[in-house]
Amino acid sequence: MNVAVIDYGMGNVFNVERALKAIGCHVVITNDPIEIEAADAILLPGVGAFPQAMASLHATGLVPLLKQMATEKPFLGICLGMQLLFNSSTEGVLTEGLGLIEGRVERMRAKRLPHVGWNSILRDEDVYFVHSYHVVTDEAHIVASADYMGERVPAIVHDGLVTGMQFHPEKSGTFGLRLLKEWKESVEREITTGN
Amino acid sequence: MLKRRIIPCLDVKEGRVVKGVEFVALRDIGDPVEIAKYYDASGADELVFLDITASTERRQTMLDVVSAVARKVFIPLTVGGGIRSLEDISSLLKAGADKVSLNTLAVESPDLIKQAAERFGSQCIVVAIDVRFEDGEYFVYTYGGKQKTELRAIDWARRVTELGAGELLVTSMNQDGKQSGYDLAILELLRDAVDIPIIASGGAGNANHVVDALERVDAALLASILHDRKTTVEEVKHVCSEHNLPMRFVTTIAD
Repeated sequence: MNVAVIDYGMGNVFNVERALKAIGCHVVITNDPIEIEAADAILLPGVGAFPQAMASLHATGLVPLLKQMATEKPFLGICLGMQLLFNSSTEGVLTEGLGLIEGRVERMRAKRLPHVGWNSILRDEDVYFVHSYHVVTDEAHIVASADYMGERVPAIVHDGLVTGMQFHPEKSGTFGLRLLKEWKESVEREITTGN
Repeated sequence: MLKRRIIPCLDVKEGRVVKGVEFVALRDIGDPVEIAKYYDASGADELVFLDITASTERRQTMLDVVSAVARKVFIPLTVGGGIRSLEDISSLLKAGADKVSLNTLAVESPDLIKQAAERFGSQCIVVAIDVRFEDGEYFVYTYGGKQKTELRAIDWARRVTELGAGELLVTSMNQDGKQSGYDLAILELLRDAVDIPIIASGGAGNANHVVDALERVDAALLASILHDRKTTVEEVKHVCSEHNLPMRFVTTIAD
């Protein structure tokens, strides 16, 4: 399976690439529309601030294509890449996101931020988080969440072909790789059923 | 619930892992990739690699080490030692490091913390603070603990947090290598002074010492007691867990 990891200058794409290769994906790190259209699935990584990330994405000219791709093939956003899937963020200045899933991104209320380290999701499995903003979205879109200082943090979100992971699966040890593998398997099912 | 972290620290010289006692005596203990895999499997939450040679011609060796480890081990990797510029940071992150630890460079060019945080994000900037308690005060040291500065640890911690540091790695020079326990007083002072995570380092001699540290701060850096097999990551985590500290346990289910 071919994954296009979107290269728009925000954060370290190489660790995502290494993890995807470790579970048997072919990976192309790219901002070339032809390669993106040819891929079986899209992965939007991202580390940093929301407004700069959206500005960088707009600078690549890929925003309309990414919006289209999200209706045609599996699309995974990781960390900031997950936040970009939503309508808007209040980080810095109010900024419009990709709007692939209904919801918004807001600063967490916890006293100690960022939320850094291993936190449990699903059946008490730990994954590695680093962030200060989280998404506010419809309950129906939240697959898994974590608790940080009494605040509920959406960790995995899903709507149609679009999935988001707030944590770093590529840095969450064996369990993180397993989650990526489950996503890969869901993509492969999507390919064989021909959507 | 957020877990406390156990972070093995591997001192690397010329591509091999060695151990420092009181920052001077060294003893070769092996191959970075094998050691990283061992600690990952035993439940290490992150790994820190300190390049203790750090001369220009050896920089490539460290990049090779990081790149080899990052292909095999999928937990956060921090690299410190001998980082001189934004370009050094960029190369390490590209090679597979998730964070870099700045010490001497941070003290000599504080503005670089700000530039690095702006360019790469605070999440990857760890500021290492070596402190020594002298004449009733905690002072910051540089150059691997050899050079005293006039900076007070608390002031410096606040300053680097404002500049964009994402975490603090605090080593007590008084305790380092003695295995008689962490300097808990400085950990409490720093925890109350800043809101970013603090990693305790220097002085752990047994699992109960780690409990003492993790009752106060977020993470503990371990070297000698692990490398000498006095204890293991699993054992430390179990003892911490018995003291009601939230710990992450690795479940190894075959795929």
